[in-house]
Amino acid sequence: MSRAEQFTRAILDARLPVPDGLLDGAQQPAGRRFSVYRNNVAVSLTEALHQGFPVIAKLLGQENMDGLAALYLRAHPPTSPLMMHYGDSFPDFLEGLEQLSHLGYLGDVARLELALRRSYHAADATPLDAQHLGTLPPDTLLSSRLGFAPAMTVVRSAWPIHAIWAYNTRADAPKPQPGAQDVLITRPEFDPLPQPLPPGGAAWIALLQAGETLGTATEAVTSDFPDFDLSAPLALLIEGLALTDLSQ
Amino acid sequence: MFDRPDRSPRSNRLPDAAGVGYKPQHFQAILDAPGTVEWLEIHAENYMGDGGRPLAQLRHLSQHFPISVHGVGLSIGGEAPLDPAHLARLKHLVDWLNPASFSEHLAWSTHDSHFYNDLLPLPYTDDTLARVCAHIDQVQDTLGRQMLLENPSSYLAFAESTWAEPAFLHEIARRTGCGLLLDVNNVFVSATNLGYRPQDYIDAYPLDLVGEIHLGGHDEDADDHGRPLLIDSHGAEVVDPVWALLDYTLARSGPRPTLVEWDTDVPDWVVLEAEAARAAAALNAVKVAA
Amino acid sequence: MSTTKNTLAVAGAVAAALTALSTSQAAAQAKEKCYGVSLAGQNDCAAGPGTTCAGTSTVDYQGNAWTLVDKGTCTEMDLPAMADGSERQGSLEPLERDLPA
Repeated sequence: MSRAEQFTRAILDARLPVPDGLLDGAQQPAGRRFSVYRNNVAVSLTEALHQGFPVIAKLLGQENMDGLAALYLRAHPPTSPLMMHYGDSFPDFLEGLEQLSHLGYLGDVARLELALRRSYHAADATPLDAQHLGTLPPDTLLSSRLGFAPAMTVVRSAWPIHAIWAYNTRADAPKPQPGAQDVLITRPEFDPLPQPLPPGGAAWIALLQAGETLGTATEAVTSDFPDFDLSAPLALLIEGLALTDLSQ
Repeated sequence: MFDRPDRSPRSNRLPDAAGVGYKPQHFQAILDAPGTVEWLEIHAENYMGDGGRPLAQLRHLSQHFPISVHGVGLSIGGEAPLDPAHLARLKHLVDWLNPASFSEHLAWSTHDSHFYNDLLPLPYTDDTLARVCAHIDQVQDTLGRQMLLENPSSYLAFAESTWAEPAFLHEIARRTGCGLLLDVNNVFVSATNLGYRPQDYIDAYPLDLVGEIHLGGHDEDADDHGRPLLIDSHGAEVVDPVWALLDYTLARSGPRPTLVEWDTDVPDWVVLEAEAARAAAALNAVKVAA
Repeated sequence: MSTTKNTLAVAGAVAAALTALSTSQAAAQAKEKCYGVSLAGQNDCAAGPGTTCAGTSTVDYQGNAWTLVDKGTCTEMDLPAMADGSERQGSLEPLERDLPA
């Protein structure tokens, strides 16, 4: 077994003995000196999960989050040196733990937090001049296709994830009520902004992202949601500087 | 992908002056009241996203300060080849920013596709020497510039090591043409932990190859036998014996770009700036004496 | 929906969206752009504090030994166990369908 193999196994599993041939300055076995590395890895990855999933940490409490992190970091050590992206598989991990099965929303709340992080680091884009939309003849508008900023994304859930997120991040937010919520994330400046979408909004944006025209997307969504009013999601997209171009 | 930062003429080389490790919470304070701080260092991996605030801040700061890019994730001491995707990300950042300096660690952090987010130690043998040199050659060829290699903090030693650390670093620099980043706190930590005089390390170290000096705070713990075990935590003020070791080093090397690192329990800007001022005073003392 | 109605509805909605945002967007653009702290974990080259605690805990990889203690805000929220509103067994009762694959 190579040195690196010995090291990494013993770092992640403290039940294993300290590898042979590691010494202190007096040619004696290194003993608990090896724990410095065990500690550095566990502490730094636990901290990264706390910072990356602050709402999950608040929902569960510090002690529970530390315990979960200890499990997760050993089952899923990072696969990239970029700590900004650590925790891709944390939502699935939460959903797979039987002890958390009564908190069905955790996975989707973690997905929302991951999406906020990705949005924060997403590429910059120049927004289109929204007033231009107002100058187009109705027929041209209907046959238009929209391009979206890389920082824009939608997280769909059967849970009230926006309300849960708000309740745990804002002092004045009300207690979440049961119900499905789709969340639009835009990045108007540098801070991602999550906002709930009205029914049909997520499907409408998905169709536009897939390259459908404004007319086709609106018609398709209206057949499922007769009361769908595109002005609400469109205003959120424009306000969030999430539209980057318009083509025919 | 993003706008290139403007270059100020002085950004092509780190000045022989005090710098600090940049923390985002200090952004405005650094611009408003830099004090004696003349340059900044960033951790490369935190600026490998595609855009947003981190890169906007970096672009802005680079118009006011020379920047040193300090990598913490390349795993130069690793057993496996360097991760080509990570090296490409690093090249992208360095090409865009054109920093005054790039440095990395004599350590490893990736094994079997997993990243352990710590600077792990390697034995000093002919085999590891050849591997580290091959990796540094690859980095310098890819980036098209010289890099600096930093000495680690040691908590233990390897039975199979056949090289002393200063000689190992000297030989790496001789073979690859890289420069060295001398972390004086790491020397103090390693010397305490492994039982030698830190001045002996400095005396054996090729000071003419030093392109940058690091300082930082450490924690104190104890090993199984109750002997001091110092931890390179970067979470406190630099201690007096390390300032003394800096003076000892500068008296022999002459002034060098000198950086204070503070990564955990990051204090208000005034506290960090005071540490930098102390480094600036140590540098001035050497400049006056010369 | 007829094409004519659709056309008018879309054009009307676009106009409504533009009117709604004319004031708020100007305010957003005036904000300081660069200041603000980072959102996610950072890489650094520091060691963790101390030599004990998290690093030396012996962890059961399967997670069977981990128990949820009531500490966080999840205890304040009265949401059903399932999104469809149905209730389920308490967290400590083993349920066949919840076991990880």
